[in-house]
Amino acid sequence: MIQINNISKSFAGRSVLKDVSFTFQTGKVNIIIGGSGSGKTVLIRSMVGLNEVDSGEVLYDGRNFYELNFNGKKEIRKEIGMLFQGGALFDSKTVEENVVFPLSMFTDLSESEKRDRANFCLQRVNLLNANHLFPSELSGGMKKRVAIARAIAVEPKYLFCDEPNSGLDPKTSIVIDNLIKEITEEYGITTIVITHDMNSVIEIGDHILFIYEGAKWWEGNKKEILKTDNKEIQDFVYATKFMKDLRTKF
Amino acid sequence: MNVFFHFGRYFILIRRAFGKPEKFSVYRNRIFEEMNILGIGSLGIVAIISVFIGAVITIQSAFNFENPLVPIYAVGVAVRDSMILEFSPAIISLILAGKIGSSIASEIGTMRITEQIDALEIMGINSASYLIQPKIVACVVFSPVLVIFSMFLGIFGGYVFGVMTGVVTNYEYIYGITYNFRPYNVVYALIKSGVFAFIIASVPAYHGYYTSGGSLEVGRSSTKGVVYSSVLILTFDLILTQLLLA
Repeated sequence: MIQINNISKSFAGRSVLKDVSFTFQTGKVNIIIGGSGSGKTVLIRSMVGLNEVDSGEVLYDGRNFYELNFNGKKEIRKEIGMLFQGGALFDSKTVEENVVFPLSMFTDLSESEKRDRANFCLQRVNLLNANHLFPSELSGGMKKRVAIARAIAVEPKYLFCDEPNSGLDPKTSIVIDNLIKEITEEYGITTIVITHDMNSVIEIGDHILFIYEGAKWWEGNKKEILKTDNKEIQDFVYATKFMKDLRTKF
Repeated sequence: MNVFFHFGRYFILIRRAFGKPEKFSVYRNRIFEEMNILGIGSLGIVAIISVFIGAVITIQSAFNFENPLVPIYAVGVAVRDSMILEFSPAIISLILAGKIGSSIASEIGTMRITEQIDALEIMGINSASYLIQPKIVACVVFSPVLVIFSMFLGIFGGYVFGVMTGVVTNYEYIYGITYNFRPYNVVYALIKSGVFAFIIASVPAYHGYYTSGGSLEVGRSSTKGVVYSSVLILTFDLILTQLLLA
């Protein structure tokens, strides 16, 4: 479980996060939604320490991340897997080397054991026969799958996904969404997904946080979000004519 | 104030870069990889430039030593001292600052803007240490090899072209390059090359590491890395020459 309490963050005097508190549940897909520039990415970057918060605390199973020293933070980070928007795969390494990399850094497994683990993870994300390809030779969906395989290679306790569907076609988006959901349930990890995609919210969202202008605006589940009368959420969820029509029909 | 900010941030980054490695075996392999890319990969350009500069110095010296009071073996002395004292350590370092420096700044800068550095940090890896330390170590260790290689080829190039064009005889050139030879000059050159190698690797790495924005900023970081490292090489060339030779 990850708990954030009263997180605030500003850049050059501009407040980006305002006193945000939330509990991300273990074994569930926790989704953060909100418009562009609402502070979603800053929130998860602050949670993993890529942006220092101005105030507030982030508790990883009770351990306050910002009160830990450098080594303590490193230990928590070893328990985190992160899927970046662009994949953030290492350009100079092949698919297999990308997945093996965290194992080489943090385990004493033999070369063959590392390769076996990498192959297992790549099979888990349905990526076969791509071990020797470089990131530049992969499609967007394949890159995301390699990034997931790399993230789960060291069996993380927490998985952060920054817009896992951006730039993907609807079919591949569903594949990635289902993969995230399956991995979350299979390994019992705390997963946090940032998305703009309402399909993802409905498909895999267990617990939803809506951020509006840097503040926590609403929280609930996927059934509740479709029924809420909150104007800002309605503007976000029913932004397209298609969704508006659908709402009128049902 | 801006200068102090960059100095401070540079030294903090270098201190982080020399933090304890997460896994020694991985870092050792990275150092060998970097030696191959930065060192072995530069042998070609160093060889070509050294041979031609040696040849040019030979012909220019012979042209300027037409006075009968100056012995012709002075051509060999001029080539040897020019190569050892200045060309091989300093000019080769300036050329490498362009070749290696731009490569380091753009590689690390691209990793920054594509979130690869963030990915390393999230894994719990000291990204500065993982990315920068092997480059600095590889450059500092391999730099003396490149400098000695350059000295040898420069003097050899002068010999071949000098004898071929007839501006100096075989005997006079060999006599010249051995005449009043001071081994300390080689030590001086190697000390300079080690300092320059540190600058060539660390300054562009600093600019690459703190890149923000997009591809345009990566290009700017690369340019800044080359320009600042070149200026620092020239500055330290003067300082070290004063300290070690005066």
